[in-house]
Amino acid sequence: MAWLVPVALLVLWQWTAQSGFLASRILPAPLAVIEAAFDLARKGELLQHIGVSFARAVCGFLVGGGIAFALGLLNGVSRTSETLLDTTVQMIRNIPHLALIPLVILWFGIGEEAKVFLVALGVFFPIYINTYHGMRTVDPGVIEMGRVYGLGPAALFWQILLPGALPSILIGVRFALGVMWLTLIVAETIASDAGIGYMAMNAREFMQTDVVVFSVLLYALLGKLADATARLAERRWLQWHPNYAHGREGA
Amino acid sequence: MTAAGVRLEITDLGKRFGSRMVLGGVNLKVEAGEFVAVIGRSGCGKSTLLRLVAGLEQPTMGRIYLDGRLSRGLDPTVKVMFQDERLLMWKRVLDNVALGLGGKDRERAQRVLAQVGLAERAGDWPRMLSGGQRQRVALARALVNQPRLLLLDEPLGALDALTRLEMQRLIEQLWQVNGFTALLVTHDVQEAVALCDRVVLIEQGRPSLDMPVNLPRPRVRSSPHFAALVGEILERVMSGTEAPLKSGRTVPASGRETT
Repeated sequence: MAWLVPVALLVLWQWTAQSGFLASRILPAPLAVIEAAFDLARKGELLQHIGVSFARAVCGFLVGGGIAFALGLLNGVSRTSETLLDTTVQMIRNIPHLALIPLVILWFGIGEEAKVFLVALGVFFPIYINTYHGMRTVDPGVIEMGRVYGLGPAALFWQILLPGALPSILIGVRFALGVMWLTLIVAETIASDAGIGYMAMNAREFMQTDVVVFSVLLYALLGKLADATARLAERRWLQWHPNYAHGREGA
Repeated sequence: MTAAGVRLEITDLGKRFGSRMVLGGVNLKVEAGEFVAVIGRSGCGKSTLLRLVAGLEQPTMGRIYLDGRLSRGLDPTVKVMFQDERLLMWKRVLDNVALGLGGKDRERAQRVLAQVGLAERAGDWPRMLSGGQRQRVALARALVNQPRLLLLDEPLGALDALTRLEMQRLIEQLWQVNGFTALLVTHDVQEAVALCDRVVLIEQGRPSLDMPVNLPRPRVRSSPHFAALVGEILERVMSGTEAPLKSGRTVPASGRETT
C-alpha cells in the first residue's frame, strides 16, 4: 500500500510526458531517463564517471574521517589534548566548508585534490564531534568498575571506552556520509572534468535533460547505498543496544 | 575454590571532600571470613568508607590494612559489587563474567554463572535480563575472580522485595561456600541482620554502634529474636546519638556536622 502513491505519480509522469503536456526539455519521461542510462552504460562512460565520483567520495571520507576519528579519540581520553585542541576545532566548525570553494580552487585548481579536500573537510566535523562526545559520555561508573576488575589502560579503551562510544560514532558516520555526497555534488557541479557532476553539467550544455535527471537519480541512489551500509554496520555492531535490537528477543 | 578471607583492619580512617569531613576517625576490625554490615542513614559516610576500602578513593587520613599489609589503592584480591550492576551492555553475559580473567578460563566463568543460576543465559545480551538477573551476573563477575574481600555497596537496593530475598539467600550461600570476607553497606536493617555476623552503625562520620548478631543461620525472619534485634537496631538508628543502649559496644560520636 505504501508504494501506491509513488507508483501512481510515476505513471502520471510518464503519461503527461508522453502525451506532450510536459515538455521533455523540462522533464523527460521516466522511460526516456532509463533509456539514457542504458545508452551511457553501453558507451562505457557511465561506469567511468561513477568510478571517479566514488573514488573521490571514499578518498575524502577516509582522509577526513580518519583524522577526525583519531582526534576525537585523543580528545576523548586526554584532558590536555582536549584543552589544547577542542576550542580550535569548534571554532573552525563554524565556517561553512562549501564557502571555501573559491579559495580551494585557488589552492588546488579544479583537480582531484580540491574535491577530496572539500569532502574531507565536510566529513571531519560530524565524525569528530560524535566520536569525542561518545567517548566523553561513557558511564564513569562502568570505567570505575573496569578498574576494580583489573583492566589496564589498553583494555579499558578497547573493552569499555570504544564500544561504549560506538553508537555515537556510528551516528557521526551516517551524518558524515550525507555530508560527503552533498559536498561532492556541489564541488563536481561547479568545477570538474570527470565524474557524475561533470556528466550532468556536460549534458546540460547539450540540453540532454534525460541525462541530467539520471545524474540526479544516481546521486540519490549512491546516497541511499551509503546510508544502507551505515545501517548494516549499526545492526551488526550494535546488536547489544536496546534501540537497535531486532528480532524476537525479549527480556 | 581456594580463596579464603582476608583480615581487614581500619585505623583512624578519615576522608574530607573540600571542607566537608565525610568520615572522621573510623576504627574497624573485620576478621577473615567475617560478614559485617555497615548501616546508617543516607549521607552518613558509609558508602565513602566502602570506596576507601576498595581503593577507589584515597583517604585524607588513617590507614587500611589487608592481612596486616598496608593497602594503597586498588587491590586485586578486593572486588566490589555496586548498587547499579555496571554490566558492559556490549558484551554477552558470559564475557561480562569473564571480564577480569583476561579472556581465558571461560570454563570457570561458565561454572560460576551456573552457581548463580544463569548457566543457560551465557550467550544473551545484558539488556535481555531482568534487574535481579543482571545483579546475579554482577555477583558472578565478582566471584569468578575469587576475591578474598567482597565489598557490597547496597547491591540489592534497586530490586523488588522478593528478588531481594532470593539474592540475599544466594549471597549468603556463596559466602559460606567460598569463605571470603564480606563488607555490606546497606540502609536496610533487616538485610543487615539476616546476612551479617556483626552490624556496625555509622553516624556523623564514625561508628557509633558495633553489635554482634548471634543468631543461627539460615536466619528465620519470623523468629522473635530476629525481630527484636532488628527493632533494637532500628530504634538506635532513629534515635540519634543520645539514646542509651541496651546492648552492644558503643563508640562516642563527635559532634561534627556531616549531612
